[in-house]
Amino acid sequence: MTRTKATIYGWLLLLPAFVLLVSFTHWPALATIHASFFTTPKGTRPAIYVGLENYEAMFDDPVFWQAVTNNLIYALGTIPVSVALAMLMAIWVNEKLAGQSWLRLAYFTPTVLPMIAVANIWLFFYTPDYGLIDQIAHAFGFGATNWLGNPDTVLYCLMVMTVWKEAGFFMIFYLAALQQLSPNLAEAAAIEGCGRWTFFRRVTLPLLMPTTLFVLVNAVIGAFRLVDHVIALTGGGPNNASQLLLSYIYDIAFRYWDTAYAATLTVVLLAALSGLALFQFLVLEKRIHYR
Amino acid sequence: MSEIFIDGISRFWGPTRALEKVTFRVESGRFAVLLGPSGCGKSTLLRIIAGLDQASDGRIHIAGSDVTDMPPAKRGISMVFQSYALFPHLTVAQNICFGLEVRNVPTAERKKRLDEASELLGLTALLDRKPSQLSGGQQQRVALGRAIVAHAPVCLMDEPLSNLDAQLRQEMRLEIRELQRRLAITMLYVTHDQVEAMTMADQVILLNGGRVEQDGTPDALYGTPRTIFAARFLGTPPMNVINLSPEGAIEGSGGPPLADGRGDHAIGIRPEDIRVTAAGRIGARVETVEYLGADTLVGCRVGNQAVVARLPGRAGFSAGDGVSLDWPAERQHMFERSTGQRIDARNAT
Repeated sequence: MTRTKATIYGWLLLLPAFVLLVSFTHWPALATIHASFFTTPKGTRPAIYVGLENYEAMFDDPVFWQAVTNNLIYALGTIPVSVALAMLMAIWVNEKLAGQSWLRLAYFTPTVLPMIAVANIWLFFYTPDYGLIDQIAHAFGFGATNWLGNPDTVLYCLMVMTVWKEAGFFMIFYLAALQQLSPNLAEAAAIEGCGRWTFFRRVTLPLLMPTTLFVLVNAVIGAFRLVDHVIALTGGGPNNASQLLLSYIYDIAFRYWDTAYAATLTVVLLAALSGLALFQFLVLEKRIHYR
Repeated sequence: MSEIFIDGISRFWGPTRALEKVTFRVESGRFAVLLGPSGCGKSTLLRIIAGLDQASDGRIHIAGSDVTDMPPAKRGISMVFQSYALFPHLTVAQNICFGLEVRNVPTAERKKRLDEASELLGLTALLDRKPSQLSGGQQQRVALGRAIVAHAPVCLMDEPLSNLDAQLRQEMRLEIRELQRRLAITMLYVTHDQVEAMTMADQVILLNGGRVEQDGTPDALYGTPRTIFAARFLGTPPMNVINLSPEGAIEGSGGPPLADGRGDHAIGIRPEDIRVTAAGRIGARVETVEYLGADTLVGCRVGNQAVVARLPGRAGFSAGDGVSLDWPAERQHMFERSTGQRIDARNAT
């Protein structure tokens, strides 16, 4: 085969993936950035170049800031809890227990369920008066609470549900990492008189760090990427109390059809996420031991 | 005083008997090797002594106190694992000092012991490396270092040399033996390698099927094996065990009677004790000749029995030659075939 032929052959092999990636990932991304500098085209009026005006409008938009704050609370509340829970569950089900595989399956079940199904299950839990939580509350003499209808509790309700759904997924990664660790390490430590906690702190935890980084990156992206449950449970309400960035973008784009502004928000969200991932890889990477 | 006394240790897993009433004593400061084929229970026994596994029955005494129900850390032992069990994220120095740190040994003392051990093992230049940056032999030394700094009077080693190449293994054999003497540690060393047992041990405890087959000096095991198993486990090639006919001759040979046989006897003779001559007592036919350099293994057939002789240099025989074999009577061992037990009271110890 000549060199040219080999080149063509190579490109042809790449073509299917290339076409898909370009048409559904790269082109839309560029189009989004492009659209964020224009007004939304309406009927007979075409899009007009407005420079950074959309971004300026965004800075003055109180709902945007509310969504940012909500999303930060949501991320800070769900990520550490679900990662810590995942690690704990993994360490627990990694030990020799009766019914070990059932336990693992039980923890993993929420991950298998679609978010919409999960949201519906929790919708029942949170239902005022006859939902599961209120029925339990009644048994202890408490009255009915409108969990999802109260701006003070709604975001935390979403967070609890997210932890419940995500922890099992992350557990699988920790479990896989734990099973790579030689049991001899624990035995060597036991002979030295190393307690369980010290062993966890000095050996298990550092050796799980590569997994933790991976899980953290995924968790951060997940915290900004998941929107199904907001739409299914609250629609961002009441009074934007459970509005997250992506659900806000969804509202702007597909409810109010302000596509230019939605594009602007998307660009900001993507930039923030890339920045976070980069930070995690560059800063945490250096402090992690890889085998 | 840090002697080890193993008193009737048994270990069952359901109906499987891994160890059965194992009893032996290792005097303080001695190097004892637990030897046996794989699956004989030697590693299980070591783990029970370390406290990493529980015995079904029996007691363990270390340095005069009963440690059977104590956790591993309270038994006054250090241990070197076959896989070395180094912490991959810690440096050599941190690995060696891990136990001292956990036990809250003061920093100055920690440093002193680390310096001593790294000097002793030639690790001084490697203290800041991670285990993955070390060769197998160096990793082995770190594992030894971790055992040394503990200053435990008893050290347990589980096949520590099995992952090293032949050359390194030979070096480390000498080194470990030297360390053990210098530090006067009581050593219990598990291996399936008879060369390690012969070269390093003061005392060899040969295990077979979860029982002690023989317990004695390497010399005693080689010179007066108490069973056919012991006779054939030590020595390369192993001792010839030759079945005798009811008349006391080699089975199927019609040769001269070698013992006052009663039909259930076998004689044992080490390959190096056999002389191959033109006119000896026992007629044989050469079947195989293996030249090893320093010596030659000549495989012969006598009657329906196979006999291997080890002759110095090039033996000068070839397959098919008719030869005759002879050996000094005092080198001949006698066993009962049905029980596998040694029967000549003359040499029994």
